[in-house]
Amino acid sequence: MTSEGEYEVSEILSVADTGSAVARMASEIVAENAGADELAVVGIHTGGVPLAERIVAALEQLGAKPAATGTVDITLYRDDLSQIGPAPVVRSTDITFDVAGMTVVLVDDVIFTGRTVRAAIDNLMDLGRPRRIELAVLVDRGGRELPIQPDFVGTRVDVERDSIIEVLFGDDGDRVITYPCPAGRR
Amino acid sequence: MALQSKDLLGIQALSEGELRVILDTAANFQTLAARPVKKVPALRGKTVANLFYEPSTRTRLSFELAAKRLSADFINITAATSSAATGETLTDTAKTVEAMQVDFLVVRHSMAGAAHQLARQVECSVINAGDGPHEHPTQTLVDLFTIWENEKRFEGLKVAILGDHPRSPATISNIYGLKKMGAEVTLVGPSTLIPPGVDQFRVRVATRLEDGIAGADVILLSRVEITDANRLQIPSLREYARFYCLTPRRLALAADDALVLHSGSMNRGVEISPEVADYAFPLLVQQVTNGIAVRMAVLYLLAGERE
Repeated sequence: MTSEGEYEVSEILSVADTGSAVARMASEIVAENAGADELAVVGIHTGGVPLAERIVAALEQLGAKPAATGTVDITLYRDDLSQIGPAPVVRSTDITFDVAGMTVVLVDDVIFTGRTVRAAIDNLMDLGRPRRIELAVLVDRGGRELPIQPDFVGTRVDVERDSIIEVLFGDDGDRVITYPCPAGRR
Repeated sequence: MALQSKDLLGIQALSEGELRVILDTAANFQTLAARPVKKVPALRGKTVANLFYEPSTRTRLSFELAAKRLSADFINITAATSSAATGETLTDTAKTVEAMQVDFLVVRHSMAGAAHQLARQVECSVINAGDGPHEHPTQTLVDLFTIWENEKRFEGLKVAILGDHPRSPATISNIYGLKKMGAEVTLVGPSTLIPPGVDQFRVRVATRLEDGIAGADVILLSRVEITDANRLQIPSLREYARFYCLTPRRLALAADDALVLHSGSMNRGVEISPEVADYAFPLLVQQVTNGIAVRMAVLYLLAGERE
């Protein structure tokens, strides 16, 4: 958790910025995908799930309620399971619709190396054959290790490789902060 | 939270927290069963070896499918076809298998403590798939999972266990597991089948079936048959059935909608009447499906590094 007293925390997106970024991403999604009939919005656990809810709400305001929503958990598809210590908690992948023929917008809060998105794509592919997969992220922090790029981006930032970026989801709005990696977590 | 040990040898050594982690993880693995592609890449590159000195088709297949659905490689060694038949010791066989870079050894053996002894001598994870009359942890985890799925509680749950207790593979594990989760356990059977020293488990003992299952929310059954080992303890199957067969009339003494869980291969007319067997069969089938999810959870959690 963040302890704002100990580290220098700076704000990347304020509550107002985050709100308008989500609204803009939603309108880009509508523009890119004429008609929401075959559109599904799927959040990646954990940070992508509340963001996907925000995007779905924004799409509804634009009169483009997606045909389906869901969540994916990438734990079982990680490429570093044997390197990261105790087995991470497995969450449920909750996709009750048939992904075949759908345009799936994958949603994550922050994109960094691209490995999470690779795992999420593999998970989706095991559920069926989507017509198309698009990617929406609130923050693109660069540092990609795989050839994966988002289609819809809230903001791009340039931070140190070991900095932490956190999206704080709250009832009164969301904001994005960054702070240096605490010693010992490197 | 992860598991403390590299091995799963029994329920005795697990904390309530660890039991809950396994059950929660199993619940998420269970959702995979409904997918078109049931396989996930989590254990890619790992190898699981079944080392079975006793036949147990259901447990063996369940571990095999669990390993394969996690993308692990899988080999099967049965005593009859291996060098064990030539008299090689358990330890030598296990070390030979381990030398083939196996990550998990799933061991079934008739001697209590066989898996524990192996676990001290090999580096890889050892999973006890039944060591004679001692523990059969994954069977208990499956029972706990199915009970949770149907009852959504353990605290204060009244559970009656019937069977040939000294030979039933999971009785002791079931007692440990249910007590740790807060259930009230009653062991039911003729006094010849109540293991000596059972009072140390703080369970109720009932030698009359009617006393044992009165008000029970869950009844756990296992197969009763006459073998060389118990012919002095059970006079005849007919006599056992007369006093201990779960019939509809006796089942009516239990709580409404009581859960009847049979560990597999029913002996209809002995420990369970044909009518109750038909009533319990859908749950037995559910247990088989749950078994794969539970064993996937165990393999997955043991595969993580320990601190």
